[in-house]
Amino acid sequence: MKASAFSYIRPTTIDDALALLAQYGEQAKVLSGGQSLMPALNLRLSAPEWLVDIGGLSDLRTIAVSRGLLRIGALARHVDVLKSADVAEHAPLLADAMVHVAHPAIRNKGTMGGNLAHADPASEMPACMIALDAVIVVRSRAGERRLQARDFFIGIYETALAAEELLVAVEIPVANQNSVRFFHEYARRNGDYAIVGLAASATLDGGSFADLRLGFFAVGDRPLLATAARHLIGRPVTAAMLAEAQAALEAELDPQEDQQAPVAMRKHLARQLLALCVATLLGRADLEARRSA
Amino acid sequence: MTAPVAVSLTVNGERIDAQVLPRLNLADFLREHLGLTGTHVGCEHGVCGACTVRVDGDIVRACLLLAVQTHNASVETIEGLSDSGEVADLQAAFCNRNALQCGYCTPGMLMAAQDLLRQNAAPDRAQIREHLSGNYCRCTGYHAIIDAVEATALARRGEQP
Amino acid sequence: MNDGVEQTRGLSVLDRPNSYIGKTVPRPNLDRLMQGRGLYVSDMTLPRMVHVVFLRSPHAHAKILNIDSVAAKAMPGVIAVVTGRELADVITPWIGVLTHLKGLKSAPQHAIAIDRVCWQGEAVAAIVATSRALAEDAAEQMSVDYEELTPVTNMRTALDAETPVIHPDLGDNLAFERNLDAGAIDKAFADSDEVVEAEFVFGRHTGVTLEPRAVLADWNAGEARLTIYQGTQAPHMVQNISAKHLGLEEAQVRVVCKDVGGSFGIKVHIYADEMATYALSKLLRRPVKFVADRVESFSTDIHARDHVCKGRIGVNKDGTITGFEIDDLTGIGPYSMYPRTSAIEANQVVNLVGGPYTTPNYRARTRVVFQNKNVTCQYRGVGHPIACSITEVLVDLAARAIGMDPIEIRRRNLVADDAYPCASPSGMKFEALSHHASIDRLLSIMDYDALRAEQAELRKQGIYRGIGIASFVEVTNPAAAFYGVGGARISSQDGVTVRLDATGSVVCQTSITEQGQGSESLTAQIVGSVLGVSMSRVRVILGDTDNTPYGGGTWASRGAGIGGEAALQSAKALRKNILDVAAAILQAKPGDLDIVENSVVDLVGGQQRIEMHELARIVYFRPDTLPPGFQAELMATRHFVPREYPFAFTNGVQASWLEVDPNTGFITLLKHWVVEDCGTIINPQLVDEQIRGGVVQGLGAALYEHCIYDERGQLTNANMADYLVPMSGEMPDISIGHVVSPTMESELGAKGAGEAGTAGAAACVANAVNDALAPFGATVTEIPLTPRLILTALGTI
Repeated sequence: MKASAFSYIRPTTIDDALALLAQYGEQAKVLSGGQSLMPALNLRLSAPEWLVDIGGLSDLRTIAVSRGLLRIGALARHVDVLKSADVAEHAPLLADAMVHVAHPAIRNKGTMGGNLAHADPASEMPACMIALDAVIVVRSRAGERRLQARDFFIGIYETALAAEELLVAVEIPVANQNSVRFFHEYARRNGDYAIVGLAASATLDGGSFADLRLGFFAVGDRPLLATAARHLIGRPVTAAMLAEAQAALEAELDPQEDQQAPVAMRKHLARQLLALCVATLLGRADLEARRSA
Repeated sequence: MTAPVAVSLTVNGERIDAQVLPRLNLADFLREHLGLTGTHVGCEHGVCGACTVRVDGDIVRACLLLAVQTHNASVETIEGLSDSGEVADLQAAFCNRNALQCGYCTPGMLMAAQDLLRQNAAPDRAQIREHLSGNYCRCTGYHAIIDAVEATALARRGEQP
Repeated sequence: MNDGVEQTRGLSVLDRPNSYIGKTVPRPNLDRLMQGRGLYVSDMTLPRMVHVVFLRSPHAHAKILNIDSVAAKAMPGVIAVVTGRELADVITPWIGVLTHLKGLKSAPQHAIAIDRVCWQGEAVAAIVATSRALAEDAAEQMSVDYEELTPVTNMRTALDAETPVIHPDLGDNLAFERNLDAGAIDKAFADSDEVVEAEFVFGRHTGVTLEPRAVLADWNAGEARLTIYQGTQAPHMVQNISAKHLGLEEAQVRVVCKDVGGSFGIKVHIYADEMATYALSKLLRRPVKFVADRVESFSTDIHARDHVCKGRIGVNKDGTITGFEIDDLTGIGPYSMYPRTSAIEANQVVNLVGGPYTTPNYRARTRVVFQNKNVTCQYRGVGHPIACSITEVLVDLAARAIGMDPIEIRRRNLVADDAYPCASPSGMKFEALSHHASIDRLLSIMDYDALRAEQAELRKQGIYRGIGIASFVEVTNPAAAFYGVGGARISSQDGVTVRLDATGSVVCQTSITEQGQGSESLTAQIVGSVLGVSMSRVRVILGDTDNTPYGGGTWASRGAGIGGEAALQSAKALRKNILDVAAAILQAKPGDLDIVENSVVDLVGGQQRIEMHELARIVYFRPDTLPPGFQAELMATRHFVPREYPFAFTNGVQASWLEVDPNTGFITLLKHWVVEDCGTIINPQLVDEQIRGGVVQGLGAALYEHCIYDERGQLTNANMADYLVPMSGEMPDISIGHVVSPTMESELGAKGAGEAGTAGAAACVANAVNDALAPFGATVTEIPLTPRLILTALGTI
């Protein structure tokens, strides 16, 4: 299990990197943290002619807050996000989610940009991005594009990123004092990809949701911003409202069957997660509806 | 242009200048070019943890890193941590507790355990289990490894088990 | 975590001052492994060494029409591309049958497929190059024309008339069938208050040794000798079989086994690709290395289990179990594995079901069928987890049917501790087991009653926890009955040579091997104890057919019981020789002397007379000073094999405490207990860690591990992201207790402990899950116990 031969180049400026991507297009793969790319190379599932290693672009490592936005550079590693005081303060959902991303040795190399550009539908970060209403910043020699996260992910391992474009950062509106968040996933083992997961961000108004953004993952070909949330907003949640939301959720899910779970199981677990999320965020154990004999 | 690339790095404190093919991963570079066979290869797709080494102070999977990416980096392997004595107490605890059988996972396991103990002086058993959860051991069932790491943490804090 | 070890019998030669027996002492030579300075086959290089990569069939069943290797041969670094037909001139095919498994049949298997491939992953060509990467590059340039044949993938229909026969010469897809009818099962069931039945499904799984299979074969044309460096459990078996099929004398083959990165039965077989590697070295006259990568490991390391079994149990209201009946079916792949065969697991299932219980009524049938999947063969706990799960889940279902506690029904039916020796309905001879003492010990260490109370309390809060119990018997110390009587040249005896060297240190050569179980340690402990020398002065050599006595190796939990006894007897012989020398030097009677702490001393009083190094100095350098006619012999060899009992049965009981989330189907393991009886314990820590490791292997099978084939015979999860192994995050702490009933077959009294953990883990987890789900009326009898299975059982999906 050895990678096919490829050529390697390590640009030192973003402009150089963009020039290389423009030059090589589909023949090149961007090497960021490499934690998804390297297994694919070793297994010869991917055999690019060129590997453009952007690891030297130190400008892309920054995590900073300005003008109400938390900006995370594409090369910020998972461990950087996990340990960032800015993330903890302004987007704690990311830190909650990050502990579920693989294992320490992987988090020490894997990057935010690499994770998002890989667009694994079972991955935590893309769902967090749609839940947090993030903007994905991409750049090419033609200039910069800013995409809503929910428009960025378009299929299994598929994004709106063109071959000559580089994902450079994400921008997340900072949490306000009424913001609450929820993260939970059902995974067989610590660090595994989830069978179903939910990253949610909400604004509370008394005992109700003023806003609720539900980012489900591993429920389809891309992370899903569930419109079912609209059933739960603006008034005190009742069991009937929750049931309505669960039904709406089930209707908008289009999960895949795989070795872990058939479609019905994913739908069931998503409903469970929704109930758990609402019950947790509102402090309403009565809504959790645990099954008992 | 798949020709070898020049890299300079330090491995266990020793300066290394080498020409490596781009596709060569760090695990194979350490094992086949430098003869540091303590870094083991178990799955080559980043799941088993046998190839765990330290690069610039952080543990990483050597099979998921190209040798060319370690240009100007400081790489530390189990041989280096053993010779410096950094993990001598942890190794003694593994020995006393028989926390290894075939020994194939052990270098990676020691790397991961030492990484935890550098970050958390007083981990509980669940935290130890979590931090080591990316390192596969087929022989021990993990219990003895958790015991050994726990005992080392206690001893480093000067506490009695 | 360990409770005290009770030694119930004094050991004459071992129960001595400073004995290491029964003591936890660290294993020698661990530093090497912990410092990354071990020597595994995958670490080795030799001058002119080349690497082989096997081009493997993408089809489960296909004719090979043409192999075009022109482009591959032109690739950089390629030394040779060799097809099965070309290699057949160097190595002969084999058939994996044993005569004592009556009717077992299989087809000739070649090192590399010639006309036809029979499973996805079977080698169709060898590409030899200067590096693994270059060989893989060349493999991509190979062009093979296949004509796909219908694959046989469903074992349930493998024997149907409309299913193609994989090997037409064999007539059908039935490799082996065994029927057993003991007692009067029909009458027993007819007279029973309840007869409970269930269908059990055991998924295929595999060993996933962390170091894959690895071999480095070095044919030295000048010496006309083949040296095989291999991570194997049975060096002499590899020597014999490789020589036989390469047309060599056994003396022309040396097998060297250094450090081995895990074995568990995976590395005790003769694999086609390993045979091909030996042959390639002979063909190319240079060292050839093969290290399976992880994908190859999944598709070619032997798989295990893959059984479907209908089981029935009869029970009366008073708790009496009236009989067991099973109808078992297993798919073994397209060939019976060589040379141990693939019928042993099914045979063991028949042997072991109902084993712990008194009922004489037992009917069993097993059928072993061919299919176009990877071969199955012996893997840790051969047959045990299947037999134990069938038996113990049925016992729990019977208890539930009559409203009896699982402990109580076992107490009423387990063979009494004073009833031995006795035999099981399947004819297994039990020398001395301790089921009741083991249960007593288990209840005490797990605090059963308190746990039941906690369970009841939590249930009121909507938390569903379960307790599962599983008693088991375990086959260890196999004599010739396992393989030798069936015609396999697999040694069931082991030998140890002990030598006192010139500095008073001891060198010990043993035919058992080390893969981490502690063979080295137990040998040094025994030899040190018997001889009266410090363990630090005992060096153990193993894993080299040139430098050890002939013997079986380490498998089927035989190292301690058989190799350990050989060590004991050889050390006794050397001790006598040493005392004869000492007596000659000291002008004393041998019977008045003893050896303690590296010195010869007076038996009475303990006065030091002569240090061992001084004695050795005289023998080796000043033999002229010894009495005329006296010849010192400071080297002794002894062999051992059990004769009275074909197997040393051990027993034990396991318990699991876990929680099932009825909303998600997820299982959380909370705690696990094992009490087992392996006879004399040489090193309690080594025994405990064998058991813990075995338990987690069993838990992996119970919850996670599954080789998933599709209907076309494609293995769909041949990687470690999709094939789930047990990792530290989900595994429980495991408490161990012991009962000690030594075997009287040997002076040492040790039985094996390597299968115990794996034997009962899945059974007690299944029982615990069913206990947790009891309020929902749901029952599961299939492993792995996935959330999907649980939710299905609950009717959620």
